[in-house]
Amino acid sequence: MTKYIRRASVFCFVLLVALLLNAARVQVFEAQSLDDNSANRRETIQRYDQPRGNILVQGKPITGSRNTGETYKYERTYKNGPLYAPVTGYASQTYGTTFVESAEDDVLSGTDAMLSTVPFWNEISRFQNPGGNVETTIDAGAQQAAYDGLGGKKGAVAAIDPSTGKILALVSTPSYDPGNIAGTGQSDVNAWNSLNGSSSRPMLNRAIRETYPPGSTFKVVTAAAVLENGIVDGTGTATDTPSPYTLPGTTTQLTNESSSDACENATLEYAMAASCNTVFANLGVKVGLSGMVKMAQNFGFNDTKMRIPMTAAKSNFDTDMDKAQLALSSIGQFDTSATPLQMAMVSAAVANGGTLMQPHLVEKTTKKNGTTVSTTDNKSYQQVMSAYTATQLQQLMVDVVEKGTGTNARIPGMTVGGKTGTAQNGVNNEGVPYAWFISYAQGPDASTPQVAVAVVVEDASANRADISGGGSAAPIARSVMEAVLGSSRG
Amino acid sequence: MTGSTGSSGPVATAATSAVPAVRVPRRRGTELVLIVLAVLLSVYGYCDVGLARNGTVPPGAAGYGAGLGVLALLAHCAVRFRAPYADPLLLPIAVLLNGLGLVLIYRLDLETPDSDAAPTQLVWSTLGVGLFIVFVLFLRHHRVLQRYAYLSVVAALVLMILPIFFPAVNGARIWIQIGGFSIQPGEFAKILLAIFFASYLAANRNALRYTGKKVWRFQFPTMRVFAPILVIWLLSVGVLVLETDLGTSLLFFGLFIVMLYVATGRGSWIAIGLVLAAAGAVFVGSFEPHVHSRVQDWLNPFASIEAGLGASQLAQSLFAFAWGGMLGTGLGMGHSILIGFAAKSDFILATAGEELGLAGLTAIFLLYALLVERGYRAGLALRDPFGRLLAVGLASIVALQVFVIAGGVMGLIPLTGMAMPFLAQGGSSLVTNWVIVAILVRISDSARGAMLPEGVQEAGP
Repeated sequence: MTKYIRRASVFCFVLLVALLLNAARVQVFEAQSLDDNSANRRETIQRYDQPRGNILVQGKPITGSRNTGETYKYERTYKNGPLYAPVTGYASQTYGTTFVESAEDDVLSGTDAMLSTVPFWNEISRFQNPGGNVETTIDAGAQQAAYDGLGGKKGAVAAIDPSTGKILALVSTPSYDPGNIAGTGQSDVNAWNSLNGSSSRPMLNRAIRETYPPGSTFKVVTAAAVLENGIVDGTGTATDTPSPYTLPGTTTQLTNESSSDACENATLEYAMAASCNTVFANLGVKVGLSGMVKMAQNFGFNDTKMRIPMTAAKSNFDTDMDKAQLALSSIGQFDTSATPLQMAMVSAAVANGGTLMQPHLVEKTTKKNGTTVSTTDNKSYQQVMSAYTATQLQQLMVDVVEKGTGTNARIPGMTVGGKTGTAQNGVNNEGVPYAWFISYAQGPDASTPQVAVAVVVEDASANRADISGGGSAAPIARSVMEAVLGSSRG
Repeated sequence: MTGSTGSSGPVATAATSAVPAVRVPRRRGTELVLIVLAVLLSVYGYCDVGLARNGTVPPGAAGYGAGLGVLALLAHCAVRFRAPYADPLLLPIAVLLNGLGLVLIYRLDLETPDSDAAPTQLVWSTLGVGLFIVFVLFLRHHRVLQRYAYLSVVAALVLMILPIFFPAVNGARIWIQIGGFSIQPGEFAKILLAIFFASYLAANRNALRYTGKKVWRFQFPTMRVFAPILVIWLLSVGVLVLETDLGTSLLFFGLFIVMLYVATGRGSWIAIGLVLAAAGAVFVGSFEPHVHSRVQDWLNPFASIEAGLGASQLAQSLFAFAWGGMLGTGLGMGHSILIGFAAKSDFILATAGEELGLAGLTAIFLLYALLVERGYRAGLALRDPFGRLLAVGLASIVALQVFVIAGGVMGLIPLTGMAMPFLAQGGSSLVTNWVIVAILVRISDSARGAMLPEGVQEAGP
């Protein structure tokens, strides 16, 4: 019997080995996929078990956390929610995260390995780092000025420091308070449903996630292509442009906003200041499709991977068009579309002497105690054009503000360049047009421009005649520029 | 090979007479040290939970430690005086597992308001240790049990059938309710059946080994001997169908096959057993809805998640184990309460796995393995077939039960509602396991050198 008892004990041993192997399978080899299972609440519980790190504007937190005492313990709060929503996005226990809350989630939630002093030890000990902070590039004054300027209107503002790519303002209106959807309660669900059901789409980040036809502001891009490709001898040389201009291969006649004949054979200088459609349509066709596409893409059009660090929507310039379509695209119509951020980049590239800096919203991330974890380097996105072309464009844009359609953006004592735009919207222009203004400004003591701004206003309630880049958008750009220059001087 | 013919052989007699010159070590001091360590470890765990949860040592820590300590020391005294040669590991392992179970239940109590499962479990522990002491003190020799073999099987069948007349609880008809107490009679039936099997097989092992027709390579025993086996198998399946208790029937059947194999040494029994078990399992798994759903859940634990119905208990259990990883979250720091109502009973191992990790779980499995191994060792050292079979049977009950429940909650085999020995909440199981350890202590005492007490005669084969 002894032999059989021994064999039976071997059987029990086999059972034990099976249990141990199975335990290793579940707890080691399949652990990660089980942890990641959507129905497993553990990571979420742990995630909310400590206060989330804060998002800072000029060193001051614009977010907070409050202890709810519930299963998901700490809930996100926002100090000036609607103002900063296009920057922060939301961090919701129910609906996840967006924008900086999402892009820097590892740091904010404390899971980023860079937050630990000894990363490997944290993996083993399961010690959870306190959430780190994210310092943004936002200028509080500029952000507030843009928000106040838009007021009750639908629209967006993007402002960039041309020499560094730092995003100084990112505003979208109407906005919402992300704090209302931060938790898990019924009120959060109600707020979410009402935000999503609203026709004014308050959660849409119009500054980076919505594209509009850029209208005449796109003429800056066309002008850059014209100058770079030597289509005209100089900005003061008369162009061979009829007015009205017949779109190539069609009988459609393109006219100018003002009925004056001054646009006929106008110089680039005059055409920019008066925003002559005919001249830019004509010159765009002369540059040709490949030249226009190349210049548009140098500015960032058609880039699907633009991250600031959240993804910006792709701005579009078609790569396959006939000449009539190219003519319309060269004045920012047809399929051409751009985010306000994209148009701010156009202005910034001109202001920065032809070098476009990579736009970014996060200055640096730090541990809770302030130790820097990572910093965003200022780096070049693209050499868009030659410095000489940029200088010529600067002069064209300054003329727009000094004596053209953009006089509403003038700031005494400052150098301001700009371009207005009024984009047609909808079939047969039945929709309310979008008012655009892109600009840059340089203080008297500064060696380079300090701010480039793009403003778009879409306001159905306004009288159509009042909607124009110069009328609606330029004053907003002006107050943003004033805020930046004011703060940089003070 | 050790002969089973007992002390009648001249060699054995010579050996026995030579022994008194060599002093057999009793190792009661070792046992005492291990018991103190087991109690201290449990108290440490208890305090650890309190510190992790509330930042303070739980107010009941002293009482808890004292209670467990006094129980363990009383049990030790009983062993010291009435079973001085007993294996010194059995009792400390039981104390440690029981103590750890109390810690885990206390820890889960903290997350369920108005729950006092831990104090209740302490009461059952007291009863269990009390019965342990009673058995050690008054069961003079394990062979006394052989006299009650047929009474045992009748009692076992009555206990198994009893719950049919009571309402089902959580889908299984395995409980009887008396006053405020619920008892799982099937738990007690395990010991009674082991006693009967050991007795029956010890008496009939030669008939089972050598008689009957031979078909191809299998020799079948005569129906007269074989009939009880069939009856037991049918009963186990019957119990399962009527009470929807897959675990107990699997356990009884596995127990019987192991004991049958050890008694006869015939591998064909294992083959037959596996075929019958597979047939029974497939039949029941296909046609009994409660069991069928368990099998489905085992095959795809995440089906309910994909169906948008949230995680099943098994999925929650797997999540808990996975979250524990290698070293665990630490006592009190896991979220195994998400498993739901069975977290303290069937799924208590998930809490151990989550908070103590693979390391802690391995330690727990090894404790069980050691307990089983010491049971087997006691069987090996004995000479009478009944004692040997009983030791093997009792040890196998623990081994099979640990495998069935641990394999179930970790997705290795279909889940069956069974209690983790000593760890899980539940009085019937706890008391039963204490009695198992008591009998093993008694057997190991006999095995390790105790002389036969007066009045008990060596029985023939």
